[in-house]
Amino acid sequence: MPFVNYKYKILGGLAAVALSAPLAAQQPEKLEPGTMAGRMAACTACHGAQGRAGPDGYYPRIAGKPADYLYNQLVYFRAGQRQYRPMQHLLENMSDDYLQQIAVWFSDQHPPYPDPRPSRLPAATLEHGRQLVMEGDRARGVPACVSCHGQALSGVLPAVPALLGLPHDYLSSQFGAWTNGLRKAIAPDCMADIARRLTPEDVSAVAGWLSSQPVREVVPAASLPGPMPMECGSQVHVGSRR
Amino acid sequence: MNKRGFLLGVLAVAVAAVGTVFWMGHREYDAPAQATAAEEGGQQVERGRYLARLGNCVGCHTAPGGEAFAGGRALATPFGTFYGPNLTPDPANGLGKWSADDFWRALHQGKAPDGSLLYPAFPYPSYRHVSRADADALFAYLRSLPPVARANRPHELEFPYDQRWLVAVWRAFYFRPMSDEPAPAEPSEAWLRGRYLVQGLAHCAECHTPRNRLGAMAPDAGLAGSLIGGQSWYAPPLTGDRVTGLGEWTRQDVIDLLKTGIAPRSHAAGPMAEAVHQGFQYANDADLEAMAVYLKSLPAVGTDPASVSAAASPALMAAGGKLYEQHCAQCHGADGQGRPPAWPPLAGNISVVAASSDNAVHMVLSGGFAPATAGNPQPHGMPPFGQSLGDQDVAAVVSFIRQNWGNQASAVSLPEVRRVREAVR
Repeated sequence: MPFVNYKYKILGGLAAVALSAPLAAQQPEKLEPGTMAGRMAACTACHGAQGRAGPDGYYPRIAGKPADYLYNQLVYFRAGQRQYRPMQHLLENMSDDYLQQIAVWFSDQHPPYPDPRPSRLPAATLEHGRQLVMEGDRARGVPACVSCHGQALSGVLPAVPALLGLPHDYLSSQFGAWTNGLRKAIAPDCMADIARRLTPEDVSAVAGWLSSQPVREVVPAASLPGPMPMECGSQVHVGSRR
Repeated sequence: MNKRGFLLGVLAVAVAAVGTVFWMGHREYDAPAQATAAEEGGQQVERGRYLARLGNCVGCHTAPGGEAFAGGRALATPFGTFYGPNLTPDPANGLGKWSADDFWRALHQGKAPDGSLLYPAFPYPSYRHVSRADADALFAYLRSLPPVARANRPHELEFPYDQRWLVAVWRAFYFRPMSDEPAPAEPSEAWLRGRYLVQGLAHCAECHTPRNRLGAMAPDAGLAGSLIGGQSWYAPPLTGDRVTGLGEWTRQDVIDLLKTGIAPRSHAAGPMAEAVHQGFQYANDADLEAMAVYLKSLPAVGTDPASVSAAASPALMAAGGKLYEQHCAQCHGADGQGRPPAWPPLAGNISVVAASSDNAVHMVLSGGFAPATAGNPQPHGMPPFGQSLGDQDVAAVVSFIRQNWGNQASAVSLPEVRRVREAVR
């Protein structure tokens, strides 16, 4: 299944970050045909150069996310399980192979993260958010975010995405989409189950805390220390049925 | 004549008229051909699989992300939305109870096994050209699929189009037996094969031939180009017209577009990208050659004058030029020549200079990748600009590309942009 040598990838990623950090300025890249950057102009127009995120807080960072996570999202968008018409339109006539290559390319990009935006929420709310992220809420059956997304919230290979470096609005709208079924994964759809156990205040607190944290680890963790607290269908590598 | 007699006379005429229309709408033109004998060794099924790809049957008969051939794909038309039905051998929802004769009748006469009339959204006006042997191969292939118990979704049609019996009236006026279009004096085998595929299974005319208000293809227009109703895409002429059609295309250009989705002069986009991705890329070289031979033999039909228009205002061109330099020139070049095959030229591109600006507006708003094919497995993508450019800007930049580098097509108005934006929302 994953045909990428992750150890090599992580080292490469670290090297890329070290080299590119001083060049953090957003220079418009010169696109060349026949390169992946040139092919991906349709993606980076909204998601930013190398997939570093759009400027307006709506288009999330896709750079550096685990390849299997990105691949699954591409397949979901194409099939309409994640509903966003512009993405579905772009992916309509793509092959599974190409989606996999696209996922791997973006997962290999490690442009610098912007500084986090301080949240305007009250300190007590942010503390509630931090608690849910780090410890969860056992009484309500809400696992801690870190128990799946990694202690540094940098994601875990092969398919759990990072939670830091994402804007408040993107994070909170994903919870909305899970709750009302606009964003779906293969059953058991763990994130939909978790989202339905959270109140709107919880979601705002979690999104506020996560979006105001600096990124500590830029590459996903290789594995989790223990088993996941829930079963997640999204950890399966999905394919097309055609 | 007394009043009663007069009324009876009117009634008799009305009954005769209704009866005539009913008869014309239901008549069957040619006797059913004999079923072909089942072939040994699964060859028939394999040929059916190949033919189903050429016709992109899966396109209308598979929901996004759904089981292949189990139906459910929405087809937007000016009359409402059709949903392709289940073609798997499921007895309750699919073709499980159909015979090969039933299938042949659906393809040729546009009738369901119970005799009810099929909407011509199922393109039987084209499929009537399919031979009995090919129909039987298609049926054998469909029978070989795993049955899927997916219920058919009813069409969502506007009144009066939701009245299926009215299809009889439509057929009485527009459904005619196969025309015996004269072939050239000594047609090559490739030409005959190309015509058979283009007119039949590939159903090119369904998009590329102009239609009247009731959706009937104009009988003598040929493949002269047409708006695809309900979708805001324009299928350009496939005729020999030099500016708007395939007049300047080589036979190899045509083959390249069908096989790989990209050609030096243009890329497949929208519905054509799907037809290539799911269908034509799998065609064998002989069939691709045949289709290209036939298409390149089609004479010009006079569509070029529609691509010549008065010049846009200097202010509009200046605004469009500035936007072009900012957003488009990096890939398509200051000279509009692009970097083929990755980034297509805009100068002389039949999708840019077409009588309708819909394709150019559509691409600017939604962007798109050329289809992924074995010949072009990693296509380049055009970014969508619908979220960053307003209607005024889109009108300006599309007017600019339609009137630059020798292109002379009409400027684009705001309502045209708004109409496409509404359709892609």
